[in-house]
Amino acid sequence: MSALAGFRVIELASERIAFAGKLLADMGADVVLVEPPGGDPARHYPPFLGDQPGPDRSLWWWHYHTSKRGVVLDLESDAGRARFRALAADADILLESEPAGRLAELGLDYGDLKQVCNNLIFVSMTPFGRGSASSAAPVTDLTILAGAGPAWSCGYDDHSLPPVRGGGNQGFHTGCHFAVMSALTALLYRLSSGEGQFIDVSMHGASNVTTEAGSYSWLVARQTVQRQTGRHAAAVPTQSTQMRCRDGRWVNTGVPPRSPADFGRILAWLRDLGLEDQFPDAIFLEIGAAMPKPITYDLIGVDAEATAIFSAGREALALIAENVNAKDYFIGFQRRGIAVGVIYSPEEAFEDEHFRARGFQTEVAHEDLGRSFRYPGAPYRLPACPWRISRRAPKLGEHDDEVLGGSKVAGSR
Amino acid sequence: MEEEKGPAPARALAGIRVCDFCGQLAGAGATKWLAAFGAEVIRIEDPVREGRWDILRGIGPYVDERRGLEFGGGYNNHNTEKLGVTINVRTERGKELLTELIRQSDCVTENFAAGVLERWGFGYEQLKAIKPDIIYVSNCGFGHVGPYSAFKTWGPIVQAVSGLTFASGLPDKPPAGWGYSYMDHTGGYYMVMAILLALLHRKRTGEGQWVDLACAEAALTLHGPALLDWTVNNRPTRRAGEPHANRSQSPPMAPHGVYPCAGEDAWVAIACRDDADWARLGAAIGAAWAAAPAYASLEARLANQDSLDEDISGWTASQDKFDIQRRLRDAGVPCSAVQTPQERVDQDPDTEGLWPTVTHTAIGSVRVDGLPVRMSRTPWRVERGAPCLGEHNEEVFGRLLGLSAHEVAQLREEGVI
Repeated sequence: MSALAGFRVIELASERIAFAGKLLADMGADVVLVEPPGGDPARHYPPFLGDQPGPDRSLWWWHYHTSKRGVVLDLESDAGRARFRALAADADILLESEPAGRLAELGLDYGDLKQVCNNLIFVSMTPFGRGSASSAAPVTDLTILAGAGPAWSCGYDDHSLPPVRGGGNQGFHTGCHFAVMSALTALLYRLSSGEGQFIDVSMHGASNVTTEAGSYSWLVARQTVQRQTGRHAAAVPTQSTQMRCRDGRWVNTGVPPRSPADFGRILAWLRDLGLEDQFPDAIFLEIGAAMPKPITYDLIGVDAEATAIFSAGREALALIAENVNAKDYFIGFQRRGIAVGVIYSPEEAFEDEHFRARGFQTEVAHEDLGRSFRYPGAPYRLPACPWRISRRAPKLGEHDDEVLGGSKVAGSR
Repeated sequence: MEEEKGPAPARALAGIRVCDFCGQLAGAGATKWLAAFGAEVIRIEDPVREGRWDILRGIGPYVDERRGLEFGGGYNNHNTEKLGVTINVRTERGKELLTELIRQSDCVTENFAAGVLERWGFGYEQLKAIKPDIIYVSNCGFGHVGPYSAFKTWGPIVQAVSGLTFASGLPDKPPAGWGYSYMDHTGGYYMVMAILLALLHRKRTGEGQWVDLACAEAALTLHGPALLDWTVNNRPTRRAGEPHANRSQSPPMAPHGVYPCAGEDAWVAIACRDDADWARLGAAIGAAWAAAPAYASLEARLANQDSLDEDISGWTASQDKFDIQRRLRDAGVPCSAVQTPQERVDQDPDTEGLWPTVTHTAIGSVRVDGLPVRMSRTPWRVERGAPCLGEHNEEVFGRLLGLSAHEVAQLREEGVI
């Protein structure tokens, strides 16, 4: 049985909330996506199947609306609103990210829908939260991430270059993560109490609390972090951790080595590669390998020997990078117990043997095209109630008869 | 916002007990959510290493000149509302205490490297033997299954290997990546979802399970359209001119970027979703170039985006970022200043209520990240700071395991807790 089998979710189509609906739908909820006549604008977002535009060819649409059913309702009409209320009467969760005030004007806000569904969980995800003075301000993923802190922390050492927005619409995603966590929390509460509730999620708030030390350095110590290339923004500059390998590809070396075992393993690999002669500081790796315990951060820059050992570790990482390819660097160090990562493009990660072996790639049938395609798979594995893409994204109004004409809302048409 | 009338606010997760080994941010951030909604989260730390497996214990930022184990600002931020106990699982008595705690818990959570809990004798099979319907959620970079399961990770490593670092950058530059552990936060969010889904499943079927969460796999789901462009159209994101993270291709928008303003390191983000937005922006700019045919249509603006960005930068460079934000928002154009931490934390009305002050036994009063949600019936509560090492030993071992204060003191003496 799926974790959310038997729960019905009504989702008012919007590019902002789409991911929340997908997360619930892929766990088995019956998510009914409600689009206006003519369809949601995101049906026309590229890229497209074969680069040919069309309302059922958007890969954006395909990805964000898996496992959902789709209906068309004109909420500007009395009949459409009546059908929507009938749908809501049977729903467990409603997801919406409508412009401020629109649902109230339509008579479809929480107070209205509670009349027809007393225990409804109504999730409203808006740019700044309900009731904000900024509610009328239009936003995009970029403006959310700019205002909420992520952009301040991301970019390059060179501050004549602009702050950078992490790719992939992560501002929307972060809002949706909070929408789903809240909805599931409310659902658990409802199972024990019978009560629904109203949930007000702020996308701006969501990204504000998703900046790690960006926020808490200020909250705790009134320190301002500064962006740095490929590593954590910091109040005090830190050394680079991103290195370019022999093949021109990049790796991230994460937290630099500090333990005796690490220094021993680095030295061993230098020797295996025949590089020890090119590295005069190898002696410090030897000393480091013989230390009784790891170097602590407070010694670095203070204690001369500890600092020399620490620096030798970093320089050895750089020398090895010059001599091996990025993937080999990643595998080689990880096999030696040292945490580094190859900087893959998304598709390179998708094709990597580890994720393939875990079965991440998921075939989704597009029976209308007579083909199936590989999709990104499960974010988590719940063996007793598995994640699953149960169907491709819906075409416009594909399930009108099935959903709106079904017995559940009979009499509403 | 809508306010419920009637009964006093309730705790959504009251009655749920979590035996929690989570640390750093990826794990601790997850159980922070549960604790904020009333779950009893018992954080278990190692007395021998004084809990230093969690590198945030004792490292800055600090509120004042005090240093040491209890004063780490990040640790406090991620562990609010939790109880803290110590157990030395190397000892037989420690294993017994842990077994008894697990027997009384709903969930066991951890984000160690794969296999650690198993080596202690508390793998899923053993957990199940102790409590048949236990929910066990493990969260590590590559998961417990697969060729890289023995590999170690931190947030930046997960981000590197999953494509997130690559996708954050400007053309012909190295990856800019993420200036913080986005996937520690986000891996924690997926851990919350996994725990809640497993609790829902157990509530309806009585069945527990082990959830194997691989942070890098969760990260890989965050590139959907780009991955489908690869699997469907064979188009890689590693191609000339990409990534160009401050631009937008899906949907295509232009202008769409981060532009310099007056002042040191001052920037403003502007996005035009369509021709109407562009017309409004053009009117606000009021210069001849903004009405030029070269920028008249989306197609033209996309084709001329480099010069468009230069022209817009010329307009923004002499102005205050908040003045631009005000003018363009009033005009209906998506726009936001790139806010500094101080601006968004202390001066932004839209983050009011987001930074609760907690009381930490050693630190005193300090502000932390709150939660960006308001739940009308079951609000979150973040009032108590992170536990000091073993702060709740007496309370937890007394209340749950029936040990007297004297017995707890003796266990401490013997190095068991």
